[in-house]
Amino acid sequence: MAKVLMKGNEAVGAAAIKAGCKYFFGYPITPQNEVPEYMSKELPKIGGSFVQAESEVAAINMVYGAAGAGVRVMTSSSSPGIALKQEGISYIAGAELPCVIVNMMRGGPGLGSIQSSQSDYFQATRGGGNGDYRTLVYAPANVQELVDYTMKAFDMADYYRNPVLVLGDGMIGQMMEPIEFKETEKMDLPEKDWATTGTKGARKPNIVNSLRLQAPELEALNQKIEAKYMEMEEKEVIYESYKLEDAEIVFVAYGTVSRITKNAIDLLEQEGIKAGLIRPITLWPFPNKAFAEIPATAKALMSVEMSQGGQMIDDVKIANEGRLPIGFYGRSGGMVPAPQAIVEAAKELLGGVK
Amino acid sequence: MAVVFNKTQGLTEKEFHYCPGCTHGIIHRITAEVLEELGVLGDAIGVAPVGCSVLAYDYFNCDMNEAAHGRAPAVATGIKRALPDKVVFTYQGDGDLASIGAAEVVHAAHRGEKITTIFVNNAIYGMTGGQMAPTTLVGQKATTAPYGRDESLCGQPLKVSEMLATINGAAFVERVAVDTPANIRKAKKAIKKAFECQLEGKGYAIVEVLSTCPTNWGMTPVDAISWLQENMMPYYPMGNLRNPWEVE
Ligand SMILES: Cc1ncc(C[n+]2csc(CCOP(=O)(O)OP(=O)(O)O)c2C)c(N)n1
Ligand code: SF4
Repeated sequence: MAKVLMKGNEAVGAAAIKAGCKYFFGYPITPQNEVPEYMSKELPKIGGSFVQAESEVAAINMVYGAAGAGVRVMTSSSSPGIALKQEGISYIAGAELPCVIVNMMRGGPGLGSIQSSQSDYFQATRGGGNGDYRTLVYAPANVQELVDYTMKAFDMADYYRNPVLVLGDGMIGQMMEPIEFKETEKMDLPEKDWATTGTKGARKPNIVNSLRLQAPELEALNQKIEAKYMEMEEKEVIYESYKLEDAEIVFVAYGTVSRITKNAIDLLEQEGIKAGLIRPITLWPFPNKAFAEIPATAKALMSVEMSQGGQMIDDVKIANEGRLPIGFYGRSGGMVPAPQAIVEAAKELLGGVK
Repeated sequence: MAVVFNKTQGLTEKEFHYCPGCTHGIIHRITAEVLEELGVLGDAIGVAPVGCSVLAYDYFNCDMNEAAHGRAPAVATGIKRALPDKVVFTYQGDGDLASIGAAEVVHAAHRGEKITTIFVNNAIYGMTGGQMAPTTLVGQKATTAPYGRDESLCGQPLKVSEMLATINGAAFVERVAVDTPANIRKAKKAIKKAFECQLEGKGYAIVEVLSTCPTNWGMTPVDAISWLQENMMPYYPMGNLRNPWEVE
């Protein structure tokens, strides 16, 4: 298929439709407004339904209803709105429903800013809702990946019957890049025989529910859900390793920041310093196994994030298992790290660990 | 021998867990009978609330969803948009609908979602042990209003039906009670109309049912019925507030 130039927020909508999503429930918030706007324009044309909900709380609960009815459904928002959706995400995980949730992150805490940020890493990977649940989290670094992983997210959601999060940021949402809607292989997905579609008198009623009043029953549900998470940890980890060979310093960065970090790696190379990158594409499950590829030449790791003090760095520490010193460079509030600043931070770290 | 009463197909075999004298059971039965009589059980998808009727998903003999507290109208919206030909209903208490879920019900009505709501007003939070609800009467004692509802601090109880009747998308709004056999018959009629309103695509429909909570009111079932008649009925007048067939 030919490439088309598209804004991230519209591309995510187009990708969802391409993946068979005909239902979208959202609420306006910058910097993701083009997603609901695009869906409100396109979904009626294909016999789907778009609802501008009264709040993010309502939107995610509409997603719960539609997912329970067995259709492919998506919602999108940005940080404060995703905070409000946490209740519903927990219920969706508990009721084992598939859906796709897009977060185009902006600065926080509170109302924060409308510029790009990566300060919802904890919210995405630890979950802001109650209970022992996880969401598969894809962190695309460009609009093409945004399209690819949004489409993949629908298959994964259906396969695991679990919410899948696509974690972008304001920059990826607003940026225009040439993209291609690739024909992907159809995944062999199980029949949604659990959906509430009306019994037609032909089967026992289906019940979509996360309540288990008896403790042993809830534990059994949690064990069943955990087994899915263990399968995801085994099968769904995706990452990119970049110029790791002979690297003295290995950066860990995802999304927008990973692109800037690649520029920093080139600048360091010009100065004769070998640097590499581990780029998690799934933030949960985190690519712990990527850290086994770190060469013996490496003297330090550095987590680079659009976050004050770092959030992903906690996972870097877990994956590092105490082997190498770990530095951090980050900007927050909508400020974007400059390649040169990353270079300086890296040189300082290397100077310190020599 | 002629059969004069049969348990409706609209209910499962599960035994209700409701307290003796609680009118949730009656409301379940007449709702289920309506679904059966309209021949829509196989197309019905219900949404249970959080509250004493949380287990309604085990009682209604049709596909059911269990919603988060107050979110049933949003969940029902999602279902109805995905499956517009199905018959979608919510069953909600007054804490669920009038307090935490006030936004969801107002906007489901406002959008004119073609869904039906059975709203059980027992003037208290039953499940959590008798706390004050937005519908608790002035002076009525509750575990979080030990001196009785103080109007100057808590306001007057919310009249949900009157409020929703100001919204054009709410095509059918009626308040009923289940205190006497005659009123139960009227309540059932209203519930039937509320489903017909959905079947004819006219808009959102809600039936508010005045109901008892003998346990948390601290009364015998008989006294609870009298209390409902003497205290709730004057403040919450019964009758139809919106009827799509009259408008035409
Ligand atoms: C988010 C959230 N807040 C609070 C609760 C606790 N809770 C459970 S039932 C209930 C009140 C239900 O009262 P009502 O809707 O009046 O129904 P009733 O039990 O009287 O039938 C509350 C507050 C909850 N489950 N979830
Ligand atoms: S606590 Fe009240 S509302 Fe709940 S079942 Fe008992 S009587 Fe009914």
